[in-house]
Amino acid sequence: MAMTAIAIARIHNLFAVVMLTGIFSLLGAAAYVIMDAVDVAFTEAAVGAGISTVLMLGTLALTTSEEKPAPRKNVVGALIVVTITGAVLIYGTLDMPLYGDPSAPIHTHVADRYLGQSGTEIGLPNVVTSVLASYRGYDTLGETFVIFTAAIGVLAILGRVRFPRRREEDVAEEDANKAPDETAGGAGA
Amino acid sequence: MKQKIILRVISKFLIPYILLFALYVQWHGDFGPGGGFQAGVIFAAGFILYAIIFGVDTVRVVIPAVVTRLLLVFGVLLYAGVGVASMILGGNYLDYNVLAHEPTHGQHYGILLVELGVGITVASAMITIFCTFAGRSPEDPEEGV
Amino acid sequence: MAFPGLLNYWLIIGLMMIGFYIVIAHGNLIKKIVGLNVFQVSVFLLYITMGKVEGGTAPILAEGITAYSNPLPHVLILTAIVVGVATTSLGLALVVRIRNAYGTIEEDELDVQDDRR
Repeated sequence: MAMTAIAIARIHNLFAVVMLTGIFSLLGAAAYVIMDAVDVAFTEAAVGAGISTVLMLGTLALTTSEEKPAPRKNVVGALIVVTITGAVLIYGTLDMPLYGDPSAPIHTHVADRYLGQSGTEIGLPNVVTSVLASYRGYDTLGETFVIFTAAIGVLAILGRVRFPRRREEDVAEEDANKAPDETAGGAGA
Repeated sequence: MKQKIILRVISKFLIPYILLFALYVQWHGDFGPGGGFQAGVIFAAGFILYAIIFGVDTVRVVIPAVVTRLLLVFGVLLYAGVGVASMILGGNYLDYNVLAHEPTHGQHYGILLVELGVGITVASAMITIFCTFAGRSPEDPEEGV
Repeated sequence: MAFPGLLNYWLIIGLMMIGFYIVIAHGNLIKKIVGLNVFQVSVFLLYITMGKVEGGTAPILAEGITAYSNPLPHVLILTAIVVGVATTSLGLALVVRIRNAYGTIEEDELDVQDDRR
């Protein structure tokens, strides 16, 4: 996956970059399956390799398809910032539990209750669905609102109100009929 | 042109199965991986495939803009409506236990309806976003810059 | 210090930093959004890594399985992926409008045109 990410950083042709993003999302989905997150892998494969790639290709069709290869002035500064941030984050992971440790704090308290009680309280085999829709139903309601808002936002930013030809001719007719009255009356609306 | 013929035939063959698979994922989210979001995205992907190959205007004949907007709102209202229904029946908001005579059955009904609402909203949102992107030509004049 | 146990965190942080670099060092707006996607996928990987239990399976209740992976990060990341695609679509819509208004999507040319206004 690191190879794909570095290739995304270095390539200038935006079409290739979008395709590599799709590949990166699919590799991420494979990594999720290895880590036992099947629902997440499903969603990432469908959304990342499907919808995101298609939308980016649509944007490319509406804008340019090449990145300007001019020298970027702030490469060194960006590398310094990235290295410092990476070092701080790695320092922060020194306290974290090891990979796959069953006694990590994340696996106590709430998760045990969900895994243990979900069979009797809800009775569905898929614990992720029961947590998502029942135990944490409010969050899913908020997420539905977020998707709704995104669709409305895209409609507001990019939507066009298309007047059919007939209406323009009707308006022209009305203007021609009303012109003698309105010019006598002064400034219209 | 030969490539287009291959694409058209294969997509006409595949799109019903894509939509069927989306419905399968939606209803079987309780028993395996799946649920509302994945089903909505796959359903929208079927329509987007149709739009890519046959044109956005053809899809607009099948699903007019009014229908997608209504479905978008209907999904959210279905979710919120389940919560209000459980309040009317005596429980808290989004408390599925009171929806049927037995708590586990109530949970089943509640989760089914809620996932359906999510799936409908996600599908119509993705179709709306794609058709808005694809229905716009590159030389559109700017209104009111 | 347990080197092999923490290796996955460091690899994911490496991916995150590549995504971060793409966002801040490239001037093209579409490339920035792509870098943001790379960053998002690596952040989700970080959370899912924390949820894995050794010897556990996917969190679907079945007969005869005792250890499950933690379902809580899965739920969180499911929501986050959907929110991420909403953000990406809105960002791409804005890029299209910027291109129509300014004629370019390179950041330095946008700055020049903004200074001129």
